Amino acid sequence: MADSMAQPAPQDGGTRRDFLQLVTGSFAAVGVGAIAWPFISSMNPARDTLAVSTTDVDLKPIAAGSAITVVFRGKPVFVRSRTEEEIKAARATLLSELRDPEPDQVRVKKDQWLVVVGICTHLGCIPLGQKPTDQRGPFGGWFCPCHGSAYDTSGRIRVGPAPTNLPVPTYAFTSDTQIRIG
Amino acid sequence: MAIGLHKSEFKNPVIRWVDARLPIFTMVQKEYGTFPTPRNFNYFWNFGALALVSLVIMMATGIFLAMNYTAQTGLAFDSVERIMRDVNYGWLLRYAHANGASMFFIVVYIHIFRNLYYGSYKAPRELLFMLGVVIFLLMMATAFMGYVLPWGQMSFWGATVITNLFSAVPLVGESIVTWLWGGFSVDNPTLNRFYSLHYLMPFLILGVVFLHVATLHITGSNNPLGIDPKGPQDTVPFHPYYTAKDSVGLIVYFIVFAVLVFFYPNILGHADNYIPANPLVTPPHIVPEWYFLPFYAILRAVPDKLGGVVLMFGSIAILFVLPWLDTSPVRSMRFRPLARPFFAVWCLGFIVLLYVGGKPAEEPYVTIARVATAYYFLYFLVILPLLGRLERPLPLPESIARPVLRGGGPMPAGAMSKPMEKA
Repeated sequence: MADSMAQPAPQDGGTRRDFLQLVTGSFAAVGVGAIAWPFISSMNPARDTLAVSTTDVDLKPIAAGSAITVVFRGKPVFVRSRTEEEIKAARATLLSELRDPEPDQVRVKKDQWLVVVGICTHLGCIPLGQKPTDQRGPFGGWFCPCHGSAYDTSGRIRVGPAPTNLPVPTYAFTSDTQIRIG
Repeated sequence: MAIGLHKSEFKNPVIRWVDARLPIFTMVQKEYGTFPTPRNFNYFWNFGALALVSLVIMMATGIFLAMNYTAQTGLAFDSVERIMRDVNYGWLLRYAHANGASMFFIVVYIHIFRNLYYGSYKAPRELLFMLGVVIFLLMMATAFMGYVLPWGQMSFWGATVITNLFSAVPLVGESIVTWLWGGFSVDNPTLNRFYSLHYLMPFLILGVVFLHVATLHITGSNNPLGIDPKGPQDTVPFHPYYTAKDSVGLIVYFIVFAVLVFFYPNILGHADNYIPANPLVTPPHIVPEWYFLPFYAILRAVPDKLGGVVLMFGSIAILFVLPWLDTSPVRSMRFRPLARPFFAVWCLGFIVLLYVGGKPAEEPYVTIARVATAYYFLYFLVILPLLGRLERPLPLPESIARPVLRGGGPMPAGAMSKPMEKA
């Protein structure tokens, strides 16, 4: 087949056929990539999904010591109005006692309000502690019934298998009594 | 076949290890590498490969569209609009899928034309041809059900009209239609089952395509001269000769496809299908997609409900017996001076049917459709069987290589002694 055809003499170690094969192969690779990208991209969040990726929360109805759960991007977010004692307990904890050391000050924007994603960092269960009747665990924050992780009043992991603190989502105070998550 | 490891001829140890246990590399090398292919293909022989590419594009875009589609009458239309507006590149996937169907049918119609002109359906390729007709039928069913999914006005009324075809069946017609619908009109159960089947049928097509190609690799390809290769001087290896030639056609195919998708994405569609389905109002002028128009014209040409349905299905069913209706042993129309003009008129008639199928059912279109329908069947049932006896074909070339190489290479003795086909 190809071998029987007259080959131009190689110049600088390559033939014209080598060049054509490389160029064809490169163009084909770029073409396949360009065609593949829209398919891959179509599986990323669509514009309507992105459009609902902020959540406004009115803080007024939340009494001190209680908490509400709001949905942000399909996930539960805990918004908790902390009492003076709870803030004090969170501030008094030494960083050396923590598995994922983070001072309480960097986890809140206003001392009273703790906003954390309510998903246990172990394997994704939702910890108890939002309802007054719930078990809040030995550190007064949240307790995950799945595998026994306990969080403190700053949402930090204290005991149990969870590796990290409950993450704080991006949020901002749009007024004194209103926050926007996302 | 002998039991035991395959004796692989590949040098690479990994390929060799796999090939010894599953000789897939040997098979690809045999069927797509060294496969002896007539050396005189023209570009009409690109269209089988292009059809396969079309099928792959339809399946890929379809699978990704399905990730965002909702088969529920209240949500289907909006889910398609969400694909168009919100899903990343959703517009591209949907336009590629909708126009991909048109490209698929264009390619397959040219593929069928090639087959009819060069007599590829004749012995020994009858089964190959019949499997192709099965693929064509499956394609039409798949395309019809896919068109229902966006749940626009044309979707709904197309589904209503086409399913009502079965009501023409004597005695059990109404029961069949109720069964097809899963209710007493085209409604949610119909949409659900059409979605399920629309997803299933491409895989059936892929299966029949496999059989189609497997059959092709038993008989080998026909060629523009319609005579059998008589030895190695008449063939070239599939790779690189026809992989390269197919690539040229593929590039032209993608250019046409891109022009449709990016510049005229709705030119082959109907504006009415951007109106949500309304079971209480029929659009004033309903027509199927362009690729169904010839058969739709045949349906309307007959002033009898059952007769129209029978002729419409018959117009495709007749292809199954075409290898036996055409009595001429000469395959290629190049050597059939009488059959060629009759076939040209048949092609013209097919295009006329396509045209009048898209026109309102009024004069002069009805009469034109009747004449064209009559000729469609006359060609298969009367002209082709008679021509085999009456026509005196032109002398066939001695071999494929001879006209190409002007004198030809050396011929193996056995090849020369083989008697020529009737000339």
